[in-house]
Amino acid sequence: MREKLEALQAEAIEKVQQADNLQSLQDVRVAYLGKKGPITEVLRGMGKLSPEERPVIGELANKVREAIATALDNKKNLLEEAALNEQLQKEAIDVTLPGRPVKTGGPHLLTSIIEEVEDLFLGMGFEIKEGPEVETDYFNFEALNLPQDHPARDMQDTFYITDHLLLRTQTSPVQARTMREYNGDKAIKMICPGIVYRRDSDDATHSHQFTQIEGLLIDKNVRMSDLKGVLLEFSRKLFGADREIRLRPSFFPFTEPSVEVDVTCKVCDGKGCNVCKHTGWIEILGAGMVHSNVLRMSGYDPEEYSGFAFGMGVERIAMLKYGVDDIRHFYTNDVRFLSQYHKA
Amino acid sequence: MFVSLNWLKQYVNIDNITPEELAERITRSGIEVEGIERIAPESTNVVVGYVESCEQHPNADKLNLCQINVGTETYQIICGAPNIAQGQKIAAALPGARLPGGMKIKKAKLRGVESNGMVCSLQELGIDEKFVPKEFAEGIFVFPEDTEVGTPVAELLNLDDVILELGLTPNRADAMSMLGVAYEVAAILNKEVNLPDEAYPTSDSKAADFVQVKVEDGELNPYYGAYVIENVKIAPSPLWMRNYLIAAGIRPINNVVDITNYVLLVYGQPLHAFDYDKVATKEIIVRTANEGETMQTLDDQERTLKGDELVITNGKEPIALAGVMGGANSEVSNQTTTVLLEAAYFDSRAIRRSSKHHNLRSEASSRYEKGIDPNRVKKAGAYAARLLAEYAGGTVAEGVVEFDELDRQEKKVELDTTSVNARLGTAISDEEIASILTRLQFHFEQTNSQFTVSIPTRRGDISLFEDMLEEIARIYGYDNIPYTLPEGEAFAGKLTTKQYLKRQLKQYLQGAGLMETITYSLTSKARTEMLVSPEVKEQSVHAVALKMPMSEEHSHLRISLLPELVDTLSYNVARKQDNLGYFEFGRVFLSEEEQTTEQPTETARLAGAITGMWMEQPWQQEKKPVDFYVVKGIVEGIFAQLDLEPAFQQAQVDGYHPGRTATVSHNGRAVGVVGQLHPTVQKAYDLKETYVFDLDAAYLMDQYKEEPSFRTVPRHPSVTRDIALVVDETAHAGDIQRTIKESGGELVQQVQIFDVYQGEHMETGKKSIAYTVLYQDPTRTLTDEEVEASYNSIMEAVKAVHGAELRS
Repeated sequence: MREKLEALQAEAIEKVQQADNLQSLQDVRVAYLGKKGPITEVLRGMGKLSPEERPVIGELANKVREAIATALDNKKNLLEEAALNEQLQKEAIDVTLPGRPVKTGGPHLLTSIIEEVEDLFLGMGFEIKEGPEVETDYFNFEALNLPQDHPARDMQDTFYITDHLLLRTQTSPVQARTMREYNGDKAIKMICPGIVYRRDSDDATHSHQFTQIEGLLIDKNVRMSDLKGVLLEFSRKLFGADREIRLRPSFFPFTEPSVEVDVTCKVCDGKGCNVCKHTGWIEILGAGMVHSNVLRMSGYDPEEYSGFAFGMGVERIAMLKYGVDDIRHFYTNDVRFLSQYHKA
Repeated sequence: MFVSLNWLKQYVNIDNITPEELAERITRSGIEVEGIERIAPESTNVVVGYVESCEQHPNADKLNLCQINVGTETYQIICGAPNIAQGQKIAAALPGARLPGGMKIKKAKLRGVESNGMVCSLQELGIDEKFVPKEFAEGIFVFPEDTEVGTPVAELLNLDDVILELGLTPNRADAMSMLGVAYEVAAILNKEVNLPDEAYPTSDSKAADFVQVKVEDGELNPYYGAYVIENVKIAPSPLWMRNYLIAAGIRPINNVVDITNYVLLVYGQPLHAFDYDKVATKEIIVRTANEGETMQTLDDQERTLKGDELVITNGKEPIALAGVMGGANSEVSNQTTTVLLEAAYFDSRAIRRSSKHHNLRSEASSRYEKGIDPNRVKKAGAYAARLLAEYAGGTVAEGVVEFDELDRQEKKVELDTTSVNARLGTAISDEEIASILTRLQFHFEQTNSQFTVSIPTRRGDISLFEDMLEEIARIYGYDNIPYTLPEGEAFAGKLTTKQYLKRQLKQYLQGAGLMETITYSLTSKARTEMLVSPEVKEQSVHAVALKMPMSEEHSHLRISLLPELVDTLSYNVARKQDNLGYFEFGRVFLSEEEQTTEQPTETARLAGAITGMWMEQPWQQEKKPVDFYVVKGIVEGIFAQLDLEPAFQQAQVDGYHPGRTATVSHNGRAVGVVGQLHPTVQKAYDLKETYVFDLDAAYLMDQYKEEPSFRTVPRHPSVTRDIALVVDETAHAGDIQRTIKESGGELVQQVQIFDVYQGEHMETGKKSIAYTVLYQDPTRTLTDEEVEASYNSIMEAVKAVHGAELRS
């Protein structure tokens, strides 16, 4: 019987080796380890054996069974792995074909600039204020120290609706409104982005509608040097850490002293180029110390409070920062323009 | 203002500074120099020549053969100018000369005869055609007889001059004169100003015998001075004066007119010369015009007066529109022998009105409008009288006939060093302030750090402490002010909820695949009547009209974002960009009337427009054009961003597809519309299928509740039941969905549609809709019985309300 079992083991393992797919391997399992298989048969005939032989043969039979089972399992793993590999190979794709696009839109360039400037000033403790675009003559002009017949009204061509109602030519009326809201006895730190209108023919550098951001800081003991400090901080954050600014005297009816502010040209680093007309400087905003008449008209005592204001054209900043060559691009909304400024 | 540096040199020493440096210094301390022009930078080797002889060219009819003596030598030059003649003094460009534009003069042969140079016209020497006197416009320029032969022409014609173009802000009217600029430059360079000598000789005549002056309103015309100059001989003005006028951009006319213009430029004081004989009445009356009165101004325009202009009259009729332009009836001509010279001070507002009314700006009005120096009126008049005597052969009658109520007082401004430094953030000393005031030539009294400054009347822009602050700052130099940060109380900057939501909604829409646009608020009247959201239309609002629009396209304020937004799609489609998804977050302007005196309601709306393929992956043959449900999904997302629940109702809306449009509401309030544009609208815009939405963003943002409360995260399993119903094909899935939700009881958390079917195996006129109902109680596990009970009441409700049957 021992011989018989050993022969069975050798025979079975050879069959296992020969099996080349999972089905024939299963057949081998059934043939040798099944209930009707030869090993079961051997075990069944154990009754005829002497009590001494019985445990020996029993143990042997179990070993043979285990050896066959192990061989079967090993072979099965091998075959399964091969089958998987074959399948994976079949599943291979061309990874160089384009992926499925994720459709995203993007912000308008003016919005990007506005939000960048807003965030910058929020970081410096300013709040954001808004106001009506259809304004009264009072808030657009008079409250800003521009009475009727003031020659400076010629600086801005205005769209009138009636003699007293107009499309605001600047966001400054929001300053006047905010000062009233704050009742003349609280400090103010605010910026006001918004759309403004001027009676200009649209061309590469003029637009009858454009966007401004103005800022206002009113407190006790505000100095012109504070204006310089805040604007330097702002310019460096917006245009780059190595920028310098300079102030040139100018005129706005609602500030005195009034200045225009230049930043060193980014293109040539202040050496002079076509962009900065060989001056090394580019004008980015107008600013000044809030005029005492404006403070007084808005309920602030100029003896107690002082402040500064500044304003910039968002389109101009965008044009400088991104080299946009025509202001009309911002309003024609050509997708080939809009999509340049976000990653879609 | 154009400033000739050669001219400026007469009043202030600028010898040791280049024009570029000077321009930079002026710009940095207050007045922007917008340009530096050289009249003719390249003219060399062009000198005055005497035409000794001038004969016809032997081989050419239109050419002249001239012998030109330039002092050292005589050149044979061929000249084609029709006005050349023997005995003239002309500009001869000799061989080797370079003319403006780079032309080089060489010896040449013209029709077989040698020519050693060229006789030049003013245009060829670089003078703008508009300044060339008429008599020389078609030919060469002829110098006065007393001009010295051989003198370089550049010097005589001021061709070497440099012109600074000043960009003046309205406050700096003082710099609209050479003397004003001289004071400015003197302050910057710390120099003296040399003032002209205004003394003039007088004759035995007395001005008062010639004219009486009456002024009706001393407020509008506080000073009027009349000078009488007899024996005037009209002729060209001296070459140097013509040169300066040209440099300043004024065309020379004759000696009398040129002198008034020249003096205007020197002092900034407008003057006017009348032909005394034409005034005829021996009377000057200044009054406001009568409405409907007419007069002809010097530009030959007939003008009907509105009644609030100031006019100068001879007692009978207007002879000048005061401060703006003279009248044709009293104009100086070649026959004029007696000049009545006006030097007056008019109120700036009056002149501004009159100039605006007649849309007429002149050198005079632009100065009066901004305010002139009351202390220069008489000086300018005297200086003009002096020049008329000197250069027009005139004899000045004794005395000035005047009306005089003019306030010539200097204003005082108090100043102290501490306040200056407190406001500027500087540490300027008392001595520095005193030195700056001295440089500005402002008189002052000083007690330690207290200053009382007398403001010269030429600086009408200064009346307050801060005006002086600016003067000190700009001369001290803005570069010298330090950088500091505000020392006040620190604030925390934060977006308001609405500002935050606006950003949030924009970001959501960008994430949803839409591109942000910004369109014009001003649109055409026709467009204000298109694509107005029904709930806006219901308020019977009007688009506000501009009083004087620049064009029909931009005449009204929009009441809907869509017309312009859809137009941007159209613009892009016309440029072969077919797949577009756009949105705009912007204001509309709602008014009760088109011609309104009230501020309209400005309210934020959010609109979108999509056309073309919504999804496209060509190599996988996947293409999905935009449809109603894409846009509806975006709208649902907008509501979700705000934690709000939208309701959609099929609707007929003007401009929209009647079967593919829904109004959108929230809590029963209409807030907008979503749908396909009507095919006729699509066609008008040249668009294919286009879907849009338009929402009242202001209202929706108002509904947002800032802090949603915590909802327990469920620990117990949910149960779902599928319900497939057969309903009429016209039934609305959303209505049934609502019924399910409402009838299912509190345990129903969600009802979703997972299938809609119509066709085979379905009775005609019917369709099937399948819903999944999700039940959940976060605190416990549900029993079969309660789910069953809810299911039964749902079935009852849908049967009763919608006539729905369970699909077998």
